Amino acid sequence: MSDYILEMKNIVKIFPGVKALDNVNIQVKSGEIHALVGENGAGKSTLMKVLSGVYPHGTYEGKIFFNGEECLFKNIKDSESKGIGIIHQELALVMYLSIAENIFLGNENAKRGIINWDETNRKTIDLLKRVGLSEDPTNLIKNIGVGKQQLVEIAKALSKDIKLLILDEPTSALNDEDSQNLLNLIVELKEHGVTSIIISHKLKEVEAISDSITIIRDGEVIESLDMKKDHVTEDRIIKSMVGRELTNLFPERKAKIGDMMLEVKNWNVDHPMYDRKILKDVHINVRAGEVVGIAGLMGAGRTELARSMFGKSYGKNITGEMYLKGKKVNFKDIPDAIKHGLAYVTEDRKNLGLVLINDIKRNVTLSNLKKLKKNLTIDENKEIVEVEKHVKSMNIKCSSIQQFTRDLSGGNQQKVVLSKWMFTDPEVLILDEPTRGIDVGAKYEIYTIINELAQAGKAVIVISSELPEIIGMSDRVYVVSEGEITAELTKDNVSQEEIMKHIVSVRKEGNQHAKSTN
Amino acid sequence: MQNLLTKFKESKVVQFFKTNEQVQILKSLLKGNIRQYGMILALILIMIFFAITTNGVSLVPLNITNLLLQNGHILILAVGMLIVILTGNIDLSVGSVAAFVGAIAGIMMIKNDYNWIISSIAALGVGIAAGAWNGFWIAYVKVPPFIVTLGGMLLFRGLTLVVLKGASLGPFPDEFNNISSGFLPDIFGGTTLHILTIVIGIVFGIGYVISVILARRKKIRYNFEVSPLWVTILTSIFVIVAINLFTFTLARYRGFPNISLILFAVIIIYAFITRKTIFGRHIYAMGGNYEAAKLSGVKTKRMMFLIYTNMGLLSAVSGLVYAARLNSSTPKAGNLFELDAIAAAFIGGASASGGVGTVIGAVIGGLVMGVINNGMSLMSLGIDWQQVVKGLVLLLAVWFDIATKNRSK
Repeated sequence: MSDYILEMKNIVKIFPGVKALDNVNIQVKSGEIHALVGENGAGKSTLMKVLSGVYPHGTYEGKIFFNGEECLFKNIKDSESKGIGIIHQELALVMYLSIAENIFLGNENAKRGIINWDETNRKTIDLLKRVGLSEDPTNLIKNIGVGKQQLVEIAKALSKDIKLLILDEPTSALNDEDSQNLLNLIVELKEHGVTSIIISHKLKEVEAISDSITIIRDGEVIESLDMKKDHVTEDRIIKSMVGRELTNLFPERKAKIGDMMLEVKNWNVDHPMYDRKILKDVHINVRAGEVVGIAGLMGAGRTELARSMFGKSYGKNITGEMYLKGKKVNFKDIPDAIKHGLAYVTEDRKNLGLVLINDIKRNVTLSNLKKLKKNLTIDENKEIVEVEKHVKSMNIKCSSIQQFTRDLSGGNQQKVVLSKWMFTDPEVLILDEPTRGIDVGAKYEIYTIINELAQAGKAVIVISSELPEIIGMSDRVYVVSEGEITAELTKDNVSQEEIMKHIVSVRKEGNQHAKSTN
Repeated sequence: MQNLLTKFKESKVVQFFKTNEQVQILKSLLKGNIRQYGMILALILIMIFFAITTNGVSLVPLNITNLLLQNGHILILAVGMLIVILTGNIDLSVGSVAAFVGAIAGIMMIKNDYNWIISSIAALGVGIAAGAWNGFWIAYVKVPPFIVTLGGMLLFRGLTLVVLKGASLGPFPDEFNNISSGFLPDIFGGTTLHILTIVIGIVFGIGYVISVILARRKKIRYNFEVSPLWVTILTSIFVIVAINLFTFTLARYRGFPNISLILFAVIIIYAFITRKTIFGRHIYAMGGNYEAAKLSGVKTKRMMFLIYTNMGLLSAVSGLVYAARLNSSTPKAGNLFELDAIAAAFIGGASASGGVGTVIGAVIGGLVMGVINNGMSLMSLGIDWQQVVKGLVLLLAVWFDIATKNRSK
């Protein structure tokens, strides 16, 4: 028997068209805190889903050993019964149930279907004590803060006699104090023999608490290090995270940068429901013929920035000024923004970009049917001509323009969305994750289209989690972190390391920024 | 046995159906529109069924005329309901609004002797206001439509009882009553046949052919692919025969009833709006994906408001037609109309999640229910069994819808 509690050997997981995990090996020692780091989409979450049985045995290649025993999990229940607990980034708590009800949901203290509430509440108090929480077990989840909710999740995991705890970005939604509490708890659990795997982007935290670290990139393990023995530093981790070579994945373009097109100043946006600032004093601008990249993690405020600019379609209490070609503008709604030449290609193609049960034709013309208006009606013959033109120039592969968009591949769906916005004759295009979930060939085509747009004098803003894409496409890059612009980089000083530095060292920089503006 | 089967497969008839180009084209046309053709086919089969069980009584001119008189108000509601259902929502208040509008008409015309035209216009205004009331809460305050219209259902039923003080009012002036009991006068003075009705049938037939030819020519001018000429001719003949058979049957009784003119106007206007206009496109886009439509610049709030306001208008038309038919305003008018209208839209192929459905489909769905009611009455089966059958038909129709959809995936 080895001293490893968990060994995953040669794990390969393939999704249609993508190799998400490529021969991954990972070993976790009993009683340690093991950090798992990597960019968005590197394969961390997929790996943990394989481990916890979300992807059942047989849907991946390779072997998993837990406590020296091979695991053949069919579902999460199987992995839980072995003592593996996972806490996802999005908490899986029911807001309108109590703490106790949530902890024992699906695992009730019941006899013949009747719940013993005294027992439940007593056990809950014990569990809450272990995670350092003194709350009434009958409090509703919605009435306690996010930090405490996170602790309840851990208590829920502990209720199942967990030996290995997996935490996916546990501190991403927490403030400094709550984060510190949580990290202390993980260290304390370690002393009681609970092994943890922590997935995090916050390298400072990783450095502070973990014993070893595994770095994943593009579905492969780059290296596994012992924090103390190998003298791991933040720079070292960043290098491993992003250290791939930039090949010519990106078509060439000679930038012809013109006049100022769109300028946003002192942009502040609050969360639409809670009293939380999502964007703080954001300044950005984009010129005609320029491609500006916005880098940052998911949830940093990138999409929120784009949508708040696009006819205030996100947030409340939006303040700040916006200038279009030097003229002050204030879009009251989305149609107003479209009329002024703005276009926003959403990151969520299927839910927000397309009407999947409509055909290509109807999707392409939806945003600008006025262009086809003839008396009272839509000129359907002209519509066919126009749409055929776009299908041809975008090289959309389809049986006809009457094919339902739900039956198209991701890349072709994205081209339909792009066609829709081209049909509105925009001057400023905001592309939110334009190549997410698209295969390499189609990506190249999308990049070519972006270049053509810039060449035609449009101002293009590209939001992306993929750093090579941001660097390869943009003339200028803004880095967004926790609702603030933390850096503006030009072609000369942009690099993946540089961007990553401004993404991960948010807190420090953010505080300085706040001080300097006060 | 096996031998027989292969022999059958190789027989000339089967081979003809398998290889003949024309048959293949028809097949693919049918497959692509199985929902629409299926509905029409079902309606025809049901009519044939009742023609047999009633020894042809169900198809006599008097009964066909009755069918229009009995179902006009439901079909008008079904058209409006279809549009609401296209957005993925529902309106439960239409029956109560219809009753309330009928009550207002009664009070103005019968109690206060106002002119019937002015009263009708005022009553329509009340319907629009009721629809706008629903629309305001749904679109701008964001209360779920089910709740708002359930509230509206109680609210307007209650108001009906209040204004009528629980009693019926009647009779209406003859001119008003004429809307639902009168017939189009025959300006050609036919005696056994209503000649104007036949003329209208022929004019519509010619109009249809001209529009088909024009559309076809335009497509050819754009160099688009058009369906083979013989298919166009075949469908045109079918449509012309259907129209003229219908008008001829009506002509053998007393010609077009007045209500059928209102009904056809409603159907044509709303079929045009949903199929040909920007507004119509926006309805379908919104029903298919509300958020995507909103981000594409569709003014979703205003659309919702207008759609419910329009439902109020059509409820009012239906309420007036029904009051004219009963020749009285009663507190119980319009009871369960909403459910008949909803069922009509679903039987006619609308999807409960929105974005799918047609005005013509909803009308056919309403006719299917009307024919079943009527046929079962002729067979002297009571309202009890009619409800049982209607319930099953609704279930089967939607099941058929889901089954064909799954297969096409």
